[in-house]
Amino acid sequence: MATVKTLIYLIIYPGLLFLFLYSTFVEWYDRKLYARFQNRMGPTHTGRFGLLQPIADFFKLMAKEDIIPERADRKMFSVLPAVGLAIVFTAMLLLPIWNYSLDRPSVISFNGDLIVLLYLLSLPTFIFFLAGWSSTNLFSTIGGARVLTMLFGYEVPLFLAVLSPAVLANSWRLAEIAAFYRQRPALALINLLGFVIALICVQAKLERTPFDIPHAETEIVGGTFTEYSGKKLAIFRLMIDAEMVVAAGLLATVFLGGFPGGAFLGLINFIIKTLIVIFFLSLLRATTSRIRVDQVVSFAWKYMAPLAILQLLIVILVKGLIS
Amino acid sequence: MKFQIPIGPQHPALKEPIGLRMTVEGEVIRDADIRLGYNHRGLEKLAEQKTWIQNIYLTERICGICSHSHTTCYVQGVEKLMELEPPKRGLYIRTLVAELERIHSHMLWLGVAGHEAGFDSFFMYTWRDREIVMDILETISGNRVHYGINTIGGVRRDLDEQQIKHILDSLEILRKRSEYYKNLGTNEPSFVARLAGVGYLSKEDAIALCAVGPTLRASGVPMDVRKDDPYAVYDEIPFEVCTADTCDVLGRTVVRIKELFQCYNIIEYLLKNLPAGPVAVRAPRRAKPNEVVSRYEAPRGENIHYIKSNGTDKPERLKVRAPTLGNYAATIKMLKNGFIADVPLIFAAIDPCICCGERAVSLVDARTGQEKIISMNALKNLSLKVTAGKARKREAEWPL
Repeated sequence: MATVKTLIYLIIYPGLLFLFLYSTFVEWYDRKLYARFQNRMGPTHTGRFGLLQPIADFFKLMAKEDIIPERADRKMFSVLPAVGLAIVFTAMLLLPIWNYSLDRPSVISFNGDLIVLLYLLSLPTFIFFLAGWSSTNLFSTIGGARVLTMLFGYEVPLFLAVLSPAVLANSWRLAEIAAFYRQRPALALINLLGFVIALICVQAKLERTPFDIPHAETEIVGGTFTEYSGKKLAIFRLMIDAEMVVAAGLLATVFLGGFPGGAFLGLINFIIKTLIVIFFLSLLRATTSRIRVDQVVSFAWKYMAPLAILQLLIVILVKGLIS
Repeated sequence: MKFQIPIGPQHPALKEPIGLRMTVEGEVIRDADIRLGYNHRGLEKLAEQKTWIQNIYLTERICGICSHSHTTCYVQGVEKLMELEPPKRGLYIRTLVAELERIHSHMLWLGVAGHEAGFDSFFMYTWRDREIVMDILETISGNRVHYGINTIGGVRRDLDEQQIKHILDSLEILRKRSEYYKNLGTNEPSFVARLAGVGYLSKEDAIALCAVGPTLRASGVPMDVRKDDPYAVYDEIPFEVCTADTCDVLGRTVVRIKELFQCYNIIEYLLKNLPAGPVAVRAPRRAKPNEVVSRYEAPRGENIHYIKSNGTDKPERLKVRAPTLGNYAATIKMLKNGFIADVPLIFAAIDPCICCGERAVSLVDARTGQEKIISMNALKNLSLKVTAGKARKREAEWPL
């Protein structure tokens, strides 16, 4: 029975199938919002309100010709999309959804899973770098270098911003952090600054405007993905969508009180809270222009990192007051 | 480590083929080189085989955006050759279309600048409002792109009261929207951070390298053919030459937005003071042997046509100097010591119309760098010889 349960957990919900469907929905939601912000229609044609458009795009790309450049590292080039997808789907299993309960935590909930999740979310960045590097294309190489340069900027503020709620909740376990803020909702307001910083850093991690520098179309063509086509590109795109879901889920767990209520209510909670986070990400994407890579690093270290440390300081002071 | 990055002839930042070769160190450009000739159409030679009237429609097709600029420049020259005096009302309508074209060109440019800077919302908004101008142009001339309104000795269509009312109403909407873009383009922090200080071109360099149009005016040089050498009815119209002194892409944006407001004022003046009378006079079929140079301030800068007649109904020579060609030398100066990330912005800031500037092709051997002259047939045979029996190898596989 336990095996069946685990298999359902891995394959149907919240594993493969759910994450696939939900990340295509999230892509539709993001595209539609972005289009409406720009006074456009967005996808309308495939399915009701164009809901099936991302799935159609995915299968169309799967059927396209798959080209590997002659001078590329064949094995590395082919295996990277699959590894990246596996990493992001593994990260999804760490989010406290469905059989969440403090006294009967799910198989993959343990003390310190917050750190593991952050680590798993850092890996896709290296996958992008390696993808750019192994294509040996000039534009891909520049894109790969930009991916790493940006990583030095946003990674530290993101970690600081996500860890400060954990310090206040006195736990490194995602389920416990969420439960702590559900019991004392007023304390979640203290982390508002951290939430804003984490939102901006997640935007940079997902490489969306104003941080879409590694694949800036008008500068370096497709950036890291210049040489990718067909199946591999489809998997990369799915991976980026899934990463958006996981990152939004992480922010919702840490800052917005998690997803209580068992299988059904928990699912509704998950969808509403992640969509709120993604709404802010889309708004940021629509209202800014792309900045330069040196501007990202200086912005991150001049403003984001000091503000994140300020947030940590506030949290430590509040913790001293309430205990 | 220095290496070369080829931007073009095929690149997403370029809407037309041109070769920009950057020698870069890290993200910094050390040297730049421009290669032309990918879009040569042999227009000047073609013009020698067509009559004066046919050539109006040929020059219209030099450019898709400043189509009216090229015809007006050509028609003014031919009118001088034929010693014609177009009626006032015709000139007013010609100027009206010219200013509407300037609005649509500048709005298009604002959108392109937004897109090159990764600010797609700005792009979508400006292009939405550009439709208003396109609609006005359609009501006046019946066409959206190639208006076909100029003819030798005047214009081909008259305006009525209803059209004038429509234009004035639309102008109010455009004014309001442009006010919004002015705020957005000069205040949105991430956009300004991308534009300010990029593509510096000092006043001295701008004059020395013969920059034209908004590129020149953004370097603080108040030079505008409409003021310096007035044609059509510009000597009667009150307007200002817009300049900026920041010498960068932000300045070029500001100049263009300021010019939009000047255009609205000019159009309002033209419509309120439209004289009565005919719109065109009859033109002769032949022109006496003579030569003429015609200047025109296109949205992108000074446009020059040189026309030589030999007494027949066809020109002996038509030479076109499109504004983009005048800006290439300055572009190389602007690109040097910039970042790779700024290449599309700097290049887009001169508002390049590449096919306008293409007047010649040179054949260069890619390996040795040698240039040579070769006949069309020899070139065709050479290409057949090189590609014979060599089908492209592909790694195609059907995945499903």
